[in-house]
Amino acid sequence: MTDTTPTTDGAGPLPTGEPWVTHETKPYWDATAEGRLDLPCCTVCDLVIWYPRAICPDCHTSEVEWRTMSGRGTVHSFTITRAGVSRKWREHLPIVVAYVQLEEGPIVLTNIVDVDPATVAIDMAVTAVFHDTGHGNAILRFTATGS
Amino acid sequence: MTTSGAAHIAGVYEHPLRSIPDKTVPQIHAEVAIGALADAGLTMADVDAYYSAGDAPGFGALSMIDYLGLDVHHVDDTETGGSSYLVHVRHAAQAIAAGHIDVALITLAGNPRSGGSGPGGSARFADAPEASFENFFGMGIISGYAMAARRHMYEFGTTSADLAEIKVAASTHAQHNPDAFLRDVVTVDQVLESRLISDPLHLLDACVVTDGGGALVVVSEDVARQLDRHTIPVLGGGEAIKGTRAGRVDLTHTAAVVSGPAAFAEAGVTPADIDYASIYDSFTITVLVTLEDLGFCEKGKGGEFVRDGALQAPFGRLPFNTDGGGLCNNHPANRGGMTKVIEAVRQLRGEAHPAVQVPDCELALAHGTGGSMATRLGSATLILGREARR
Ligand SMILES: [Zn+2]
Repeated sequence: MTDTTPTTDGAGPLPTGEPWVTHETKPYWDATAEGRLDLPCCTVCDLVIWYPRAICPDCHTSEVEWRTMSGRGTVHSFTITRAGVSRKWREHLPIVVAYVQLEEGPIVLTNIVDVDPATVAIDMAVTAVFHDTGHGNAILRFTATGS
Repeated sequence: MTTSGAAHIAGVYEHPLRSIPDKTVPQIHAEVAIGALADAGLTMADVDAYYSAGDAPGFGALSMIDYLGLDVHHVDDTETGGSSYLVHVRHAAQAIAAGHIDVALITLAGNPRSGGSGPGGSARFADAPEASFENFFGMGIISGYAMAARRHMYEFGTTSADLAEIKVAASTHAQHNPDAFLRDVVTVDQVLESRLISDPLHLLDACVVTDGGGALVVVSEDVARQLDRHTIPVLGGGEAIKGTRAGRVDLTHTAAVVSGPAAFAEAGVTPADIDYASIYDSFTITVLVTLEDLGFCEKGKGGEFVRDGALQAPFGRLPFNTDGGGLCNNHPANRGGMTKVIEAVRQLRGEAHPAVQVPDCELALAHGTGGSMATRLGSATLILGREARR
């Protein structure tokens, strides 16, 4: 497959939106404003919990603490989406939708940005970037490490 | 308590139209309900249990029971996306085995082709706990399945040509279905040359978008005996839910690994015994992974399994979706579970199109998948028989 269309150039940064910030997820969103990926971690069974929540879904304790992740990961799977998206995404096509496995374990849904989609591959090393939502927080995306 | 054989599917009805711009969704629910009851030789007055899912407008079952003029004492609004209607059959079979009900009505209807909103609409998901962690990435339904396909290719060497075989088989069947939305037979090359929507999935890897609906009537053995119609015993069932498991995402399995064995165990049969299979086909990859998860082949060997016309009726190793499935025939309300059950019943009654009728079809499987393979989904499996076990 050959596709040399850049993913975001031309149409500007990918769309964001206003996250629904709750008592459970506020520490996550506050950290994104400072360019940090903080996740709740279970102090009983050590699970790094994605998506953020107040009660460990493995052992069901409320004893979770927020820890800062490295922001490094690898591509678990991805797709170059060329159609079938809502209106506000259309001008940005094609986009790379991906699952990235964090160094700390969880596999998170995201976009790979500022890369040539044709160069994206499973196992590729990626690094977190934060896209300002304009609402006091940021959306977690990834770009090729070293780019 | 086993429910095996206690309940029978006595009536089925698939709306014949694929575009219904001039009727409301409740109206289509009513038409398919009346159709399925007529098929069974029953009326609305006989119904004592009603089942609906997220496609039922308004207050779901509460709204529809009132609209339809039903008088029921048992209600179930279980919503697991496209697999809901198979879950409903299983729940009805359990309620029948427990002696609570005699005649259950299950309906599905929607008009996305004519611009109707999808079941539930986006508002339904806005307050989901995962919403703000999944909704800002432009992931459409097909993107999630595309990531599942890509990961399957990476782990097991599956190819786009393997996936295309599934569409080819569905189109081969759909040519015989006068109601099918797409009736042209396509080749592997035509699938591969169709437009990439979300790599590696092409336009022809995806199901159709249609208006329509369907209904099922599930009855107790006592009622079944009094009917003139060939009723189909529900021999086994299973249901399971799979999610993102706190970040341990698994793109190459569905919950069919749980629902399948449960259904086979209850029916006392194995995958090798199945003569015909209705497999949920939102996308070609959905079928391939489900065949593996149900045990028709080893994990990772789905690509090999579907080659050489294996899925083509009447003589393939495992004839599937002989109505053309969601890939060609119909995907009413963006939900394919209902039509999976309906075509399995047609096969067991010997009422499939003669060109695709599986000879001597004694045992059929119907499988539904709802939600997304990339995030959270519901899987439901039914094993249906031709003859009552009396
Ligand atoms: Zn824990």
